[in-house]
Amino acid sequence: MLNPKIEQIEFELLLEGIYQAYGYDFRDYAPASLRRRVQKSMDNLGVKTISEFQDKILHEKESFVHFLNTVSIDVTAMFRDPDFFLAVRQKIVPIIRELPSVRIWHAGCATGEEVYAMAILLQEENLYNKVRIYATDMNAVVLDKAKNGIYPLKNIQDCTANYHKSGGSHEFSTYYTAKYNNVIMKPELKKNIVWAQHNLVTDRSFHEFDLILCRNVMIYFERPLQEHVHQLFLDSMPIGGILGLGKKETMYSSAFRPNYMEMDGNAKLFRRVK
Amino acid sequence: MNRLHTLAADPAPSPLERVGVRRVNDFAIVLIGSSKGGLAALQKLLGFLPATFKTPVVIVQHRMESAEDLLVELLQKNTELYLKEVEDKDIINRGVIYLAPAGYHLLIEEDHFALSTEGPVSASRPSIDVLFESAAEEFGSKVVGIILTGMNRDGAQGLKKIKEAGGITLVQDPEEAEARQMPDAAIAASKVDYILALEGIGRFLNSGGAAPFPFPPNGGKLSVPQ
Ligand SMILES: C[S@@+](CC[C@H](N)C(=O)[O-])C[C@H]1O[C@@H](n2cnc3c(N)ncnc32)[C@H](O)[C@@H]1O
Repeated sequence: MLNPKIEQIEFELLLEGIYQAYGYDFRDYAPASLRRRVQKSMDNLGVKTISEFQDKILHEKESFVHFLNTVSIDVTAMFRDPDFFLAVRQKIVPIIRELPSVRIWHAGCATGEEVYAMAILLQEENLYNKVRIYATDMNAVVLDKAKNGIYPLKNIQDCTANYHKSGGSHEFSTYYTAKYNNVIMKPELKKNIVWAQHNLVTDRSFHEFDLILCRNVMIYFERPLQEHVHQLFLDSMPIGGILGLGKKETMYSSAFRPNYMEMDGNAKLFRRVK
Repeated sequence: MNRLHTLAADPAPSPLERVGVRRVNDFAIVLIGSSKGGLAALQKLLGFLPATFKTPVVIVQHRMESAEDLLVELLQKNTELYLKEVEDKDIINRGVIYLAPAGYHLLIEEDHFALSTEGPVSASRPSIDVLFESAAEEFGSKVVGIILTGMNRDGAQGLKKIKEAGGITLVQDPEEAEARQMPDAAIAASKVDYILALEGIGRFLNSGGAAPFPFPPNGGKLSVPQ
């Protein structure tokens, strides 16, 4: 059995090395799941020890990219958590309707399904033309997939069911073209989306947004890093702006909680009040 | 890992612990994994926990992500202990029963929980293996792991990790379980400490202070008075 203390040191050195060499900062990520991903990446690359892994990662860019893809858990789906999108329709759409133009930020958009879901919803509410969506992720590989908007056909049944549960009343198949085993999202859904690489840990605020969605991204961060990101969001929205978190994320122990009023406890929507 | 575990009930070993006998109160955490047939089994099992039960209990019950989530309400009816579906970074408190949320893996970091949407592990999310392995890493020998009824193999590897770390492992008697595959798989994967009917597991947990079920210092199945 490995000495856990030595292993801990090696792990910390690995994260430090990655930060120095590539600028990606995982040092304040939640360790339990990060360790699982490191182990998975090690298994895939066929290395036995963290030191060996570090050697490979630091010297071979491809190995680092492999690690990055393993560590950015990009699992997502269109209209995942239908209750959330229902709350967006019921509580956010009326607010957006009153604004002359609207900027939305999907932070940690992964392969983009959530972004297309938002575009669909806004189009149905006749609001899409005045909206600009900024969809960002730290991982360029998943962003490319998001830009392409091509998804496996086998997922569509679930998405369609969730779309209807979230209050969608159109024929869902009008939003994509099926080709072989895939679907391609309709080009008009993409027209107001800006895709960009952005790292919530190391990059700064780049705009002001009326709505920021950051769902199932900060669960991978330890509390202090979550607070850092909350500061970034506060720097990126005016009073009256709205923040949406994942279904099982909370703000109750955050120092930024007083800045927000809870709009919908279940859907984790918070409105900035100060 | 090398940090202090505030959860451990008593940093100094109790007199019984010193001679190799441990009781539920000496443990940091009790973990329960269940799948098909789990609702009825959990309802019965929770009924055995006294309102004074202090060791935190964490449950992974497999279920559909999209299912209307009534599990918390259903289970709460069977216990006076506070039952809570875990939210990200919740502190692990004594005297509370925690339930893994549908669609997320549940992991343990020092004194709190963490969630992950990593793909299914052992064909499940939440996965019993993920929770059990992370608890074994964090709390070492201070873990009680329990596998109940289920139709797959999730939990077998996690229970093995708990055993390897020196924790105590229990499996529901496959003869009694509604679905025996999961208990069978757990029993095949490692040498578990106790194979008991639900009532036996319930009495085992309930005995927390009185120790009618002393933990064998070196593991091994004990015959249990019924
Ligand atoms: C589980 S996905 C969330 C997808 C979507 N928001 C949802 O809830 O379905 C997490 C994403 O966060 C991204 N991510 C992780 N750390 C990040 C960081 N520091 N900055 C930006 N994105 C990050 C990952 O690359 C991954 O694509």
